[in-house]
Amino acid sequence: MRVSFVVNGREESADDVWEGESLLYVLRERLGLPGSKNACEQGECGSCTVYLDGVPVCACLVAAGQVEGRRVRTVEGLAEGDRLDPVQEAFVECGAVQCGFCTPGLIVQAHDLLERRPRPSDAEIREALAGNLCRCTGYEKILDAVRLAASRKEAR
Amino acid sequence: MDFLRPTTWEEALAAKADQPESVPIQGGTDVMVEINFDVRRPPALLDLNQVAELREWSMTGGLCRVGAGVPYAVVVDELGGPLPGLAQASRTVGSPQIRNRGTVGGNLGAASPAGDSHPPLLAAGAAVEVESRERGVRMIPAAEFYRGVKRSALEPDELIRAVHVPPATGPQYFSKVGTRNAMVIAVCSFAIALHPGERRVGTGLGSAAPTPRRALEAEELLAAELDWEAPLTPALARRFGELCARAAAPIDDVRGTAAYRVHAIGVLARRTLAWAWNDHLEKRAA
Ligand SMILES: Cc1cc2nc3c(=O)[nH]c(=O)nc-3n(C[C@H](O)[C@H](O)[C@H](O)COP(=O)(O)OP(=O)(O)OC[C@H]3O[C@@H](n4cnc5c(N)ncnc54)[C@H](O)[C@@H]3O)c2cc1C
Ligand code: FES
Ligand code: FES
Repeated sequence: MRVSFVVNGREESADDVWEGESLLYVLRERLGLPGSKNACEQGECGSCTVYLDGVPVCACLVAAGQVEGRRVRTVEGLAEGDRLDPVQEAFVECGAVQCGFCTPGLIVQAHDLLERRPRPSDAEIREALAGNLCRCTGYEKILDAVRLAASRKEAR
Repeated sequence: MDFLRPTTWEEALAAKADQPESVPIQGGTDVMVEINFDVRRPPALLDLNQVAELREWSMTGGLCRVGAGVPYAVVVDELGGPLPGLAQASRTVGSPQIRNRGTVGGNLGAASPAGDSHPPLLAAGAAVEVESRERGVRMIPAAEFYRGVKRSALEPDELIRAVHVPPATGPQYFSKVGTRNAMVIAVCSFAIALHPGERRVGTGLGSAAPTPRRALEAEELLAAELDWEAPLTPALARRFGELCARAAAPIDDVRGTAAYRVHAIGVLARRTLAWAWNDHLEKRAA
């Protein structure tokens, strides 16, 4: 089947999509957007997190056909040109990125948190990121990055 | 494989009637895991996302009617007042990403004994609204909906349209045992709902038997012996816990042993009753 939807503000379509295929597969393998990572394909790791009509979801659990006519925003769509989003900047500066595999999903999820709660408490940050696994950093630097991004966003 | 995209409820019922072997997909948080891992290769997916009415909830006829496609995140944000037990349970499901997509309708469709929405629906006395093109609407009380491990009273040509839940008239609690705070399937869970008007207490056990179920003897004990004006006696709370534990019929599995689950159900029952009772007395004093 053919699936047409808006990705990061651009109309895209993919042909010959298998009906059981996930949005994650379409993004990575058909549209050449490898930002969203595939680690578990069962909703456990959060590394495939993208916005679907403004709401963060696991792209591996959305059937491709379900996004027909809808809007998707991936980690690739957060930066404006060369200018990184404050969340992306803060992850780099705080050393919250090691192997980087979990990073795109964490950034989308943290981005959503700060859109909804500009000054989150530590408990709120932990709850918001509870569905994103990182095998490298030990999470402390990730928490630092979210706190830094929150303060930067507020200063803007 | 076919991908069916009804845009109205009537179209969805027609599709299910014409192709009963098609698998409905709402949030996809159960269905897609099975497809990704090749556990299931259905002949057709019946996508319900475009049936807008399924995503709505309303108060009708004194009941809260929650559409089958209302995600947990909306239950948490909007229904904590009328449905505190269901909202508490919803907040423990998976992660934010899962709660943004997963639905109570999908939880009912999957009918897992560990589904977190089931105990509060049982405790509150909810009913499931299902419909088929040929036979119309059926209202199935939650207590009759669950038929076995991952089996429900739903017929092959039927779809779940909504769940009808009486709004809380007293305190409600949901409690879940897991190995960490997020992303856990319940080792076991328990829901309680006080119905002060009827002088009755509702219960729901999760992950403690082949199906979610009520602890009927424990409910009867409280109906007979609870003095709604007075503090809860420790002896009555303990007997309530024992009868709830006795209602459990769990198995040993990777998440916990049967003996542990029986014990934990007793503890959860006693504790949630105490929490609810304290709220009840405070409200009376105020
Ligand atoms: C990482 C992860 C964590 C999870 N954690 C929890 C948890 O903590 N607690 C918990 O209870 N569950 C959990 N789940 C399971 C799942 O999220 C829930 O069961 C959820 O409620 C399913 O809703 P859905 O809309 O995504 O269902 P779907 O996957 O779309 O459907 C589930 C089932 O219901 C059927 N169905 C859907 N809609 C209808 C309808 N309208 N009529 C008839 N049948 C229908 C489908 O055919 C399918 O059999 C988790 C899942 C994942 C991937
Ligand atoms: S790949 Fe989607 S959650 Fe892990
Ligand atoms: S940086 Fe390697 S998994 Fe998080």
